[in-house]
Amino acid sequence: MLDGRGLIRRRAGARLWLSGLWLTVFVLAAVLAPLISPQDPLAQDLMLERLPPAWVAGSEPGYWLGTDSLGRDVLSRIIYGAQVALAVALVAGLATCLIGSALGLVAGFYRGWADRIISRIVDIWMAFPPVLFAILLIAVLGTGLTSVILAIVIIDWTRFCRVVRAETLNQSKMDYVHSAKVAGFTRLRTLLSEILPNVLPVIVALLTLEMGIAVIVEAILSFVNLSISTDQPTWGGMIAEGRTSIHQAWWVLVFPLIALFFTVLSFAQFGEGLRERFDPVLR
Amino acid sequence: MTLLRLILERLLTTLITLFGVAVIVFVVIRVVPGNPIAMMLPPGATDADIDRLKALYGLDKSIAQQFLIWFGNVLHGDFGTSITTRQPVLSLVLDRLPATLELSVMALVIAVVIGVTLAILGTRLRGHRAEAGIDVANGIGLSVPDFLWGLALILLFGVIWPVFQISGRVSPRLELPFTSQFYLFESILRLRFDLTADLLSHMFMPALALALPLAAIISQLLKQSLKETVNLDYSVLARTKGYSETRVILSEALPNSILPTLTLVGVQFTFLIGGTIIVERLFSYEGLGNMAIDAVVNRDLPLIQGIVILFAILFTFVNLTVDMTYAVLNPKLRHA
Repeated sequence: MLDGRGLIRRRAGARLWLSGLWLTVFVLAAVLAPLISPQDPLAQDLMLERLPPAWVAGSEPGYWLGTDSLGRDVLSRIIYGAQVALAVALVAGLATCLIGSALGLVAGFYRGWADRIISRIVDIWMAFPPVLFAILLIAVLGTGLTSVILAIVIIDWTRFCRVVRAETLNQSKMDYVHSAKVAGFTRLRTLLSEILPNVLPVIVALLTLEMGIAVIVEAILSFVNLSISTDQPTWGGMIAEGRTSIHQAWWVLVFPLIALFFTVLSFAQFGEGLRERFDPVLR
Repeated sequence: MTLLRLILERLLTTLITLFGVAVIVFVVIRVVPGNPIAMMLPPGATDADIDRLKALYGLDKSIAQQFLIWFGNVLHGDFGTSITTRQPVLSLVLDRLPATLELSVMALVIAVVIGVTLAILGTRLRGHRAEAGIDVANGIGLSVPDFLWGLALILLFGVIWPVFQISGRVSPRLELPFTSQFYLFESILRLRFDLTADLLSHMFMPALALALPLAAIISQLLKQSLKETVNLDYSVLARTKGYSETRVILSEALPNSILPTLTLVGVQFTFLIGGTIIVERLFSYEGLGNMAIDAVVNRDLPLIQGIVILFAILFTFVNLTVDMTYAVLNPKLRHA
């Protein structure tokens, strides 16, 4: 405890490196899927059904992580599944971040009726269980990648809005905001050039967190068979199938679960690591 | 601001929130593509049949009128009839509520026990390697959601070392003497501990999956707060009196660190209840959440409405209770 700051910095460093490494692998897998998959992820072969992973007796060469009940290669499906996860993480994460942060900045800086309306809507949103809300929206919007992304944005903008609003309120009380006013800055310029840069570290940390949450929500929707069509492999879909054949073929559940686990953990830890590195108090 | 005024204001915002929830639910359900009437009719129905059914469900009126009629019914506890089972939504939903409540409360208890224990251990061992271990465990607990914990537990205690049941609420072969839906509670009251054991064996894994993220939050916040209070004057005084370190933590620091943790636990409890939806599905546990997903899959709109509104009432009620408890317990607000 003598060197508290050093301890925190070292731990934050390990966090950033480990989670960054996994996220790089994840992004590369998604982008290079057609080049690196050993098999066609959709090819069914009933002669090859439920093959165990390469290191277990009874496996076939070329099917490193085994096959599912339709003879499809688990490793290739995990690699292709990364594409959906990455698309949802990026698009839903960024859209949620933009909308929620903008509303949070407005509510926290301008206060008044805008704040009252936005905060009341946030309260109403918080009264819905998110998973139920997501499932309900998919039932209304229909399945498909666009619906999944839209549902995540509609539900989760409040996460950014609440945090950014609170942070903006804090920053607005600071001396530099008063100085900007004295210097004759317009309200909008004060908000964008003075307050926003100070709120940005919080937004970035939340963004990586949100990307992990988006991946989970997509997996949950695939798990209950409400995400995208069955032509595109998804981790949630694989997990749902693995859950039903858990006693016959554990590998169908275990490997996509590990992929999902590390991806979600890495997004959260990467955000936390960034926050610790850039937080002026800790620095 | 006086306590009374605070409470009245809080009640008012709660009512506004609930009204907002009703509006949103109504709007979302009404924009569903695919006419709900068409799904209720047998093939070969005539236009006259369709009109008659529309009039029966009030769908021939304007949207505003439809909302008022629907909202009036909801206020009277009339949520309509389920399309799939043809039973009143309210009784279906209330029948499943106890299962979900028992699961949520069990999860809350587990979360508090694990969280408080880890926080006290972490404070007692502060500066040691073990504290870093607890911090890492908290970090993982915070980042991984209940859905993934559920799957991991199924693998661990359902397959690798199969000691717990992985699906259902109670073993189907058992004769159940229960008159209420609070199975666990009633089994204890009737001293039927064989049934209690069976229920717990089904409930343990879903409850633990729900509890782990909350346990991590409790542990992190309480530890932080304990580490501040163990250095305050009264703790130092207790130490000079010869109290052991563990006793200083338990009898001096803990009572002064409870309040902020309590507020957080309340807020997080609603997230835990929200988590029951997917976790119940994962474990085929027959509660509200499982019913909700079935209702969406079957496009049973009246049932979905009923479940969403019930969850919203539950959420706002928990939040209200937390705020009130905080207002009453917090001396700053009480004597303002």
